[in-house]
Amino acid sequence: MGNAKLWGLKKSPWVFHVAAASCNNCDIEILDLITPRWDVERFGIVLVGSPRHADALLVTGVLNRKNLPRVLRVYEQTPKPCLVIGIGSCTCHTHMFESSYNVVGPYDKYLPVDVYIPGCPPKPEAMILGIVKALKRL
Amino acid sequence: MRRVVPIGPYHPLQEEPEFFKLIVEGEKVVDLEINIGYNHRGHEFISPTLTWDQVPFLVERICGICSDSHPYAYVLAVEDCAHITAPPRAQYIRTIVAELERIHSHYLWLGLAGHFIGYNTVWMWVWRYREPLLDLFELIMGNRNHYAINKIGGARRDILQEDHPKIEKYLDLLEEKNKMFTSAILDDPVILARLENVGILSNEEAIAYGVLGPTARGSGYAIDVRKDDPFDAYDKVDWNMIAFPEGDVLAKAKVRLIECFESIKIVRQCLKDMPDGPIESRVDEIPPGEGIGRHEAPRGEVFHYVRSDGSNKPIRHKVRAPSYMNIASNVVAVKGYSIADAALVLAAVDPCYCCTDRTMVYENGKRKYSGQDLLRLSHEKTEKIRRRYRK
Ligand code: SF4
Repeated sequence: MGNAKLWGLKKSPWVFHVAAASCNNCDIEILDLITPRWDVERFGIVLVGSPRHADALLVTGVLNRKNLPRVLRVYEQTPKPCLVIGIGSCTCHTHMFESSYNVVGPYDKYLPVDVYIPGCPPKPEAMILGIVKALKRL
Repeated sequence: MRRVVPIGPYHPLQEEPEFFKLIVEGEKVVDLEINIGYNHRGHEFISPTLTWDQVPFLVERICGICSDSHPYAYVLAVEDCAHITAPPRAQYIRTIVAELERIHSHYLWLGLAGHFIGYNTVWMWVWRYREPLLDLFELIMGNRNHYAINKIGGARRDILQEDHPKIEKYLDLLEEKNKMFTSAILDDPVILARLENVGILSNEEAIAYGVLGPTARGSGYAIDVRKDDPFDAYDKVDWNMIAFPEGDVLAKAKVRLIECFESIKIVRQCLKDMPDGPIESRVDEIPPGEGIGRHEAPRGEVFHYVRSDGSNKPIRHKVRAPSYMNIASNVVAVKGYSIADAALVLAAVDPCYCCTDRTMVYENGKRKYSGQDLLRLSHEKTEKIRRRYRK
């Protein structure tokens, strides 16, 4: 069973998009990925509607006090193994929000992030490269 | 019996975390509770820890879609405080970027609105023609989003003469496509059926809730900072404010579509009239005092207030963004409509009922309709709607 899942994951990773406290740009660039210019569906990458169907989580934005428990809950709902791909500088190093009272700190304190994609926002090419790198790790 | 349909905070098609509680009786929405704050990052707290020139980069990241509007309003506020004006060329550059951003933002909304009613063709088409605009941003400002063009006392980058033909070329393409979208959307019976007379916000309610931008103009409440309190190049070019009185979702879509034509007009005139000269004026210090800046973002008026004590940092920075008011008006706009319409009325949210096309009907333990039957039913329904709207 585990092998079957891994095989499916590598062939056609289904991703679920989780926006923590982001500025929307990373999220828009993710949506851009499925529109005609980039069209990642031709590689089998599909944006799904439920974390329970997801092979990978695309997380964007910083974690704050209010959304941290929700983000963790979404992660718990995913079937494992589940890749976590941090998109944008916000996920890499809390960006310029580090000094804020509401931001709880970097991702790796709470979640096992597999790949970080820096950039504000990263270009769609960079996101595709990041996803490919994450798949290669398996 | 009353039931609750929760939407969010992590809902499939929702881009941002926000929580709506639809209180329904059967299919009808009778009330709405809004819970926001999942995205609070404390900008106003961080701002006084940065220098005057660093803050534009921070406020740019309040919202990625309006990432020109916030720094624009902020630099206007600081310029008001320091009693300086940007050189004319910089004013024109800032206006051009603001208008290009408006087109990008309206297209984004239009595409997502198509997505929310389960009409992905609209989404794909519209976003396809948004892409060259992002390329244009990259050409002019070096990044697809987050342009960082606004600077206290001017603009950070010049629009070069050799880039003009590329911009013109894109504007031509855009004008043609915008005509196509406008006629396609206003002519499509399915879209009309989903948008017309849905989510009506009357003029009085619009005023009572203090809504702004296209939401207000779609309810016949004609306010626009660019006309009411013109700044930079807005009073030097010729354009019209667009408003429709109906207040439904269709009116808001029409406002946005036609505003794109106006934006194209503004950009063309700005490119033509842009004077030569410096793009920034020297700013040595920000004297003690306070200032305000207003700018019409794609979603409505953005208001920034800054106070200075003569040091290199603002001691207070207040931001007022339009969506806060606009979201509150959902409470009246969504009442009385069905759950499926709520998706569209809340606009940023999609409860995913409208894209559930894999319906199954069971009767006495037997499947009633096959895929073909469903297709036929859907065609019949479309025909019925078409007859009603085409006459
Ligand atoms: S990395 Fe930049 S673009 Fe992405 S969410 Fe953070 S601030 Fe926005």
